[in-house]
Amino acid sequence: MKKALFPALTLALLYGCASTPVEPESKPAEPSVQTPGLPVAPPLAARPVQPQGDALKDPNSGLTKRSVFYEYDKYDIKDEYRPVLQAHGKYLAENRGKKMLIQGNCDERGSREYNIALGQRRAEGVKRMLLLMGATNTQVESVSLGEEKPRCLDHNEACWWQNRRSDMLYGGEY
Amino acid sequence: MSPRTCAPLLAAILLLAGPAQAQLTIEIIGGGAIQIPIAVLPFAGESALPQSITEIVEQDLSRSGRFRAIFVGGVSPPPTESAQVNFPEWKSRLADALVIGQAQRLPDGKLEVRFRLLDVLKQSQIGGIAFTLTAAQTRLTAHKIADFIYEKLTGERGVFSTRIAYVVKQGPRFELRVADADGQNAQSILISSEPIMSLSWAPDGARMAYVSFQNKKPILFVQNLTASKQPSPVANYRGSNSAPAWSPDGKQLAAVLTKDGSSQIYLMNADGTNLRRITFSDAIDTEPFFTPDGQSIYFTSDRGGSPQIYRMPAGGGEPVRVTFEGDYNVSPRVSPDGKILAYISRISGRFQLMAMDLESKQVQTLTDGPRDESPSFAPSGRIILYATDNDNRGVLAAVSSDGRFKQRLGIQAADVREPSWGPFLGN
Repeated sequence: MKKALFPALTLALLYGCASTPVEPESKPAEPSVQTPGLPVAPPLAARPVQPQGDALKDPNSGLTKRSVFYEYDKYDIKDEYRPVLQAHGKYLAENRGKKMLIQGNCDERGSREYNIALGQRRAEGVKRMLLLMGATNTQVESVSLGEEKPRCLDHNEACWWQNRRSDMLYGGEY
Repeated sequence: MSPRTCAPLLAAILLLAGPAQAQLTIEIIGGGAIQIPIAVLPFAGESALPQSITEIVEQDLSRSGRFRAIFVGGVSPPPTESAQVNFPEWKSRLADALVIGQAQRLPDGKLEVRFRLLDVLKQSQIGGIAFTLTAAQTRLTAHKIADFIYEKLTGERGVFSTRIAYVVKQGPRFELRVADADGQNAQSILISSEPIMSLSWAPDGARMAYVSFQNKKPILFVQNLTASKQPSPVANYRGSNSAPAWSPDGKQLAAVLTKDGSSQIYLMNADGTNLRRITFSDAIDTEPFFTPDGQSIYFTSDRGGSPQIYRMPAGGGEPVRVTFEGDYNVSPRVSPDGKILAYISRISGRFQLMAMDLESKQVQTLTDGPRDESPSFAPSGRIILYATDNDNRGVLAAVSSDGRFKQRLGIQAADVREPSWGPFLGN
């Protein structure tokens, strides 16, 4: 996949440089199929950015961001994560064959079982937002890892904030 | 989407019945108020046994916090019958009770251990038992002798011959172990590279419910402890499956599933069939725990805005809120006599073990945290085992239900957590 991506990006950048200034730079990175009404790009430049697998690894797509972080004891999704969730919701809507597992996590404080429930609510919140953005229920499963799989192991806030998290994983990644 | 297709089920799991590597060691932190002075004399012939029975009996009694061991040196040979006992000497050594006994090998190769518990002041026998045993039953026999003595002298049933289960985390390795109540004789039940949690011992003592992450999410299993067979899941629904609790008759499990959205409580048969939902809220409902009469279920819910403990009829029905102090009360466990509710409360950021007298609603703080969790009553109800930490390492601790006596059980270089105290077993 990486091998295919590199020439694709290179071509895209070359095309971006060669095209007229009004063409937005982010356009070649869009994973979506061509939008009606926009000028049709020359086939030579457009074809390489089409493969859909690339979008998940394209830093400009918004899809490489896979985590939502939370305040202590909280599960509400901060506004700053909406664009990321929008990108994933759109991607799932446009790729019905894609499946996602959302894993909710908590910091180590409190009851392990209550943290399973809290992590579940975090993951479920992400799932509901993705459904609003166009994903379907069968595409997305939300589960909780509670405090059992901490990313960071120290016992202080520098670690805890990293562990209060939902991760979005696509099929094949878990 | 189903992770079943992505990870081979049980791939990282080994089922063992071998002895575990490191034993729990016990450190006594505080003492009870009244301790009965007792002298446990070496049993004649006990050198024929693999372990010293009298040493185990004396340690059991001392660790309970209810007894004080009296120095027994300088008596040779130790008496084996009441008539041989010099009662005035033991009175002058300030012993209230005396244990004498003997061990011998029988013609068929089995062993016999007999003992007598004597009242020093009355110069009379309180009781005695003769056991026939195999060498492998030496430790169990010692615990049963300690149970007998404990019950005769305190009026309460002893728990020395019961067993405890817990999870040991060492690096990336999780191990479910079962050990004697003193932490010795640990057996490995399950080893996994993924977390194991929420152990719940069935009332028959032969089965253990637990949650495993071996399939990348919480799934509920019931393991038969006597069979080295890989268990199949009893609840593996979409979402998370956790918080198992046995009904007192051992026929049903309460558990928390999220297949219908939020974390809700369901009942099922012990094999996972006949599933039905019993809570209906948009909130978190979790950590169910049956009352000993099987009529009610205590659980944790944030339906009121913060996690609090509620009680509801076991078949479903309107919940009643039980805790009101503070904004984080979780992990309800009812004592075997149904009189005490143990739970964890967050007080100024510290997670502490509390005990509520269910009749008077009086609450007592049993521990001072800072990270105490997962309480489990001994079948006698007198001791509560829980998880805590010591220098950022997970250890188990035990506190008497009146808060007076504390001890800590730990393993070097490993985290110990998620204790579950097993039931009384028939003789």
